[in-house]
Amino acid sequence: MTRSRSDSLAARSTRAGGVRALLLTLAGLVAILGLGLVTSGGRALAEDETIKIANFTFDPPTLTVKAGTTVTWVNSDDIPHLVTEKDGKFHSSALDTNDKFSQTFSTAGTVEYFCAIHPKMTGKIVVTP
Amino acid sequence: MIWAGTGVLWTLSGGVPKSLGLLGDALAAEASAFTFAHISDSHIGFNKPANPDALGTLREAIGKVKELKTHPAFMIHTGDITHLSKPDEFDNADQLIGEAKLDVHYVPGEHDVIDEGLGKAYLARYGKGTKGSGWYSFDDHGVHFIGLVNVIDLKAGGLGRLGPDQLAWFADDIKDKSDSTPIVVLAHIPLWTVYADWGWGTEDGLQALTQLKRFGSVTVLNGHIHQIVQKVEGNMTFHTARSTGFPQPAPGTAPSPGPMTVPAEQLRSLLGIASVEVRTGDKPLAITDTPLAG
Repeated sequence: MTRSRSDSLAARSTRAGGVRALLLTLAGLVAILGLGLVTSGGRALAEDETIKIANFTFDPPTLTVKAGTTVTWVNSDDIPHLVTEKDGKFHSSALDTNDKFSQTFSTAGTVEYFCAIHPKMTGKIVVTP
Repeated sequence: MIWAGTGVLWTLSGGVPKSLGLLGDALAAEASAFTFAHISDSHIGFNKPANPDALGTLREAIGKVKELKTHPAFMIHTGDITHLSKPDEFDNADQLIGEAKLDVHYVPGEHDVIDEGLGKAYLARYGKGTKGSGWYSFDDHGVHFIGLVNVIDLKAGGLGRLGPDQLAWFADDIKDKSDSTPIVVLAHIPLWTVYADWGWGTEDGLQALTQLKRFGSVTVLNGHIHQIVQKVEGNMTFHTARSTGFPQPAPGTAPSPGPMTVPAEQLRSLLGIASVEVRTGDKPLAITDTPLAG
């Protein structure tokens, strides 16, 4: 997507020589942005995070991640737990021992969640841009 | 204090009646008494080290119910019938509990409402004649029984919860009952706060309990915490039942309320059933807890 946009900008720049320098700069900017996206995408994959559920707690209780990160919860308790967004925006099914649930956080902000059957269990994902 | 009629020895510990165990057949309940059996927290489907055979211990508990000298009028189950709300878990529980050949009045535990429909599977099986998420009331032998649901729509950071709709129904349900009507309330999570750090309480439970203050005899029967805890406050007696599935630690004695693994020979002394005798007059109900062994 980003690549073809920068190509078309470059193509137009050959027709209109007067603004060529500016367009090249723009193309360069777009290319840098594109590169940035690829890099952050690649880094997000490498930094996917895990939250352990043990002894009726989310560990760590607050996790800070970059937008695009996939977080996986793993239940280590002998009792099932759920991962439920505070207002019900998403929820896992019942996670029995060793069951996992993943959620990708694409927008910056704070997501509060809890276990819908053990509501004293609460956690927070802070998503940075 | 001895509950001669029910065969259980009680003592007073800090003002709270405490069951010491069965006295034996000589003091068995009078044949004419109205009794009902109370089981809880079967957790069918649980197979972890704390009890690899939850179906087997439920079978033993049902065997104890069948052996009761006084045939109970019916049975109550205060929730966590299953461990994961799976159809086969409900099937296995139903089949086994059915062997007692008693009417059974259920309230759901949080483990019974974790199907994809978050409680629809429970309601499909046990919801006939109930309101909302499964609450109801009925009368038997002059006693008014109320089954409440405090495991649905829980809020982050909170405890068990009844919710405004159920509380409104509750107020309406008792408004025409005379003060002398004995009241028995069933719910899964204790309606009073046993231990908030572990979520052992109901955040709006007090709103229901205060409405019961005018009655001469109120008995609140709960499950959830897999051990016996009792409290008497005015005319109200609170009692939690043992589990038939697995024991849990006493409040604050472990890092979490998860299943407590005990030596195999001790397990059956920590699981069990309760039978409740209702006496005429304004005396409190006599509750007999029977461990599966010991």
